[in-house]
Amino acid sequence: MDETPSASGRSNGPALSPETMKRAYRDMLLVRRFEEKAGQLYGMGLIGGFCHLYIGQEAVVVGIGLNMKQGDKSITSYRDHGQMLVAGMTPRGVMAELTGRAGGYSRGKGGSMHMFSREKEFYGGHGIVGAQVALGTGLAFANKYRGTDEVSIVYFGEGASAQGQVYESFNLAALHKLPCIYVIENNRYGMGTSIERASASKDLSRNGEPWGIASRKVDGMDIFAVHEAAQEAMEYCRAGKGPFLLEMETYRYRGHSMSDPAKYRQRAEVEEMRRTRDPIETLKAEMLRCGIEESVFKDIETDVKAIVADATEFAQTSPEPELSELWTDILVEA
Amino acid sequence: MASLILMPALSPTMTEGTLARWVKKAGDAVSAGDVIAEIETDKATMEVEAVDEGVIGKTLVDEGAQNIAVNTPIAVLLAEGEDASAADNVTRSADPAAGASVAIETPADPGIVEAPEVAQAENDRDWGETSEITVRQALRDAMAAELRRDEDVFLIGEEVAQYQGAYKVSQGLLDEFGEKRVIDTPITEHGFTGMAVGAALTGLKPIVEFMTMNFSLQAVDHIINSAAKTLYMSGGQMGCPIVFRGPNGAAARVGAQHSQCFASWFAHIPGLKVVAPWSAADAKGLLRAAIRDPNPVIVLENEILYGQKFPCPVDEDFILPIGRAKIEREGTDVTLVAFSIMVGVALEAAAILAEEGISAEVINLRSIRPLDTETIVRSVKKTNRIVSVEEGWPVAGIGAEICTVAVEQAFDWLDAPPARVCGLDLPMPYAANLEKLALPKPEWVVDAVRKQLRD
Repeated sequence: MDETPSASGRSNGPALSPETMKRAYRDMLLVRRFEEKAGQLYGMGLIGGFCHLYIGQEAVVVGIGLNMKQGDKSITSYRDHGQMLVAGMTPRGVMAELTGRAGGYSRGKGGSMHMFSREKEFYGGHGIVGAQVALGTGLAFANKYRGTDEVSIVYFGEGASAQGQVYESFNLAALHKLPCIYVIENNRYGMGTSIERASASKDLSRNGEPWGIASRKVDGMDIFAVHEAAQEAMEYCRAGKGPFLLEMETYRYRGHSMSDPAKYRQRAEVEEMRRTRDPIETLKAEMLRCGIEESVFKDIETDVKAIVADATEFAQTSPEPELSELWTDILVEA
Repeated sequence: MASLILMPALSPTMTEGTLARWVKKAGDAVSAGDVIAEIETDKATMEVEAVDEGVIGKTLVDEGAQNIAVNTPIAVLLAEGEDASAADNVTRSADPAAGASVAIETPADPGIVEAPEVAQAENDRDWGETSEITVRQALRDAMAAELRRDEDVFLIGEEVAQYQGAYKVSQGLLDEFGEKRVIDTPITEHGFTGMAVGAALTGLKPIVEFMTMNFSLQAVDHIINSAAKTLYMSGGQMGCPIVFRGPNGAAARVGAQHSQCFASWFAHIPGLKVVAPWSAADAKGLLRAAIRDPNPVIVLENEILYGQKFPCPVDEDFILPIGRAKIEREGTDVTLVAFSIMVGVALEAAAILAEEGISAEVINLRSIRPLDTETIVRSVKKTNRIVSVEEGWPVAGIGAEICTVAVEQAFDWLDAPPARVCGLDLPMPYAANLEKLALPKPEWVVDAVRKQLRD
């Protein structure tokens, strides 16, 4: 038997219902259009600082999102807008945080990399590479401590996968059998350093092996494959069997952040991915094959455009935070 | 409707750039994500991508044009079915950047962090009957009481459970509360601290024991970036009710890596509270308050004090407010301000000074952040002199903060420059004779006071 696990493809996955496919298409398109607009607003100077776009990786977060239920927690790095939208946070609140306005989730005090929603169980938005892995393990610890069957989904890039605290977390999660899904979003580049130059481990899906962590390598550009793998991981975690590791082979079309000219890779590589592996186009092709009419896509596009336009309008008209906000939320008043 | 494509800013600092090349020309259809042009900044060449689909009506800037300011229109994008003539009619409806600038008006700076308004009565309340217990017992009793009181509280750290605590502070807790709530960890501070902070963000109330505070450096990112800042970064949504505790400072003959005071390190951080108990009563009252506090609190203990006995109130409800100092000895000639084990040193110095007819007031800070500046300033206004006493290093230490408070808030009352007694500015030596030289002694304090009175 071949020792190297190959990425699971659509052929392995269960079919999704037309309704689920429509939902997935709509969610992926929302993330894409939202991010394109965020890029544009950044270009206009309305979004400051660092801004890391999720474009290209949509199938990962949407495919996992299809399997989340009320109470499941999620946490990620600074490439976080997609996770927030899928967690159910409003495009208005997220976009207004990007523009640093009072209507943003952190009332303008967090920005692109630091956004949270207690209500939607989204725990950030973390600007320190790898920190969310230990924190996310703590979210799973809390699930177990409270005796729920809720799962924590912990996203991190292949760049973070070389961090020490990731393995400290794997050890703790395996020791305590914590309901934690570690999702490595392997988009091949940690800023400008390719995976080949940063990781001596060539198959990240096996990085949990010493701790006996169950894992799958998944075609992260294929929503069907992501959905199927996420379903398996969720069932495993909810059954109390311990953590699960998913390596998502994905790709980001844009630079690491808005100010990254991405000279470390060939343009042809990006174009090839966009042309042949685009997660939204891949799903659309499958939906067309299943007989879903072209008008459905037009309607979804129109809806999504309206949502993003509304969020953009809100993000520009919401006032900047009151100056008194400078001194609030430093400590909880006992 | 036709719309304008603007010169984008592609970094936090870019204000203008060169339009190096048009990838798309007038008449070309584009869809979202297509590269339409390349621009050069002082740092790099970047691609401009279309955000909407449509047809390029016309370009407004020539290839090679330099110093194009950010937000200058560079092309007109026609919507589906629109005639090219629409490109001539499009105008900027509003300056999109207009909303980005506001008049800067700085709100009043509340200045250095002072103790919250806690009724002095609460701090000075007479708790009645006391019994002599060690600081170690006081800490254990505090944890046991809070573990009994609140199911969300748990203790986690190296050797806290089966081993009964590396310094026996958690003795008996595993037996009473079980392994769900008294949790041994591998020797991986970065990981288990991050895990505890994550649990706290959901509302659980972990007590993280560091075998010594020296090891907290392995986890310092989670203490500062994850625990202290999340409340602010989340706009008040996500607090972090957690306690980080363990022995701090020099013990005896354990060398440089195990002998360091972290008071100044952690007191620097907005979003943290820092307490440093001296007596058994301090230890019990402050640790209980720390566990109940909805914020991250650092409890700086001291290994040498663990075995020392002090009278401690037996009242089941005994607790102390965070942010209030205690005057351990009243005096009129000089104020000695100390915390943790140095309170004992200051009291010994006061006894020596008394023999010389000098009356020293000794303040036990109890809390480093927030700092009880009110008590310090009131005392300085009475004694007109101040000497800070700490085991930590002098540079940017707690003594520097205390002396600054005196200068800023009681300058006209001072009869001598404030003085600092600190540990020597060097890594702790191992040799017994050298180690002895490195740490403050009562005589150093006495000398500092004599100098103030002489000058």
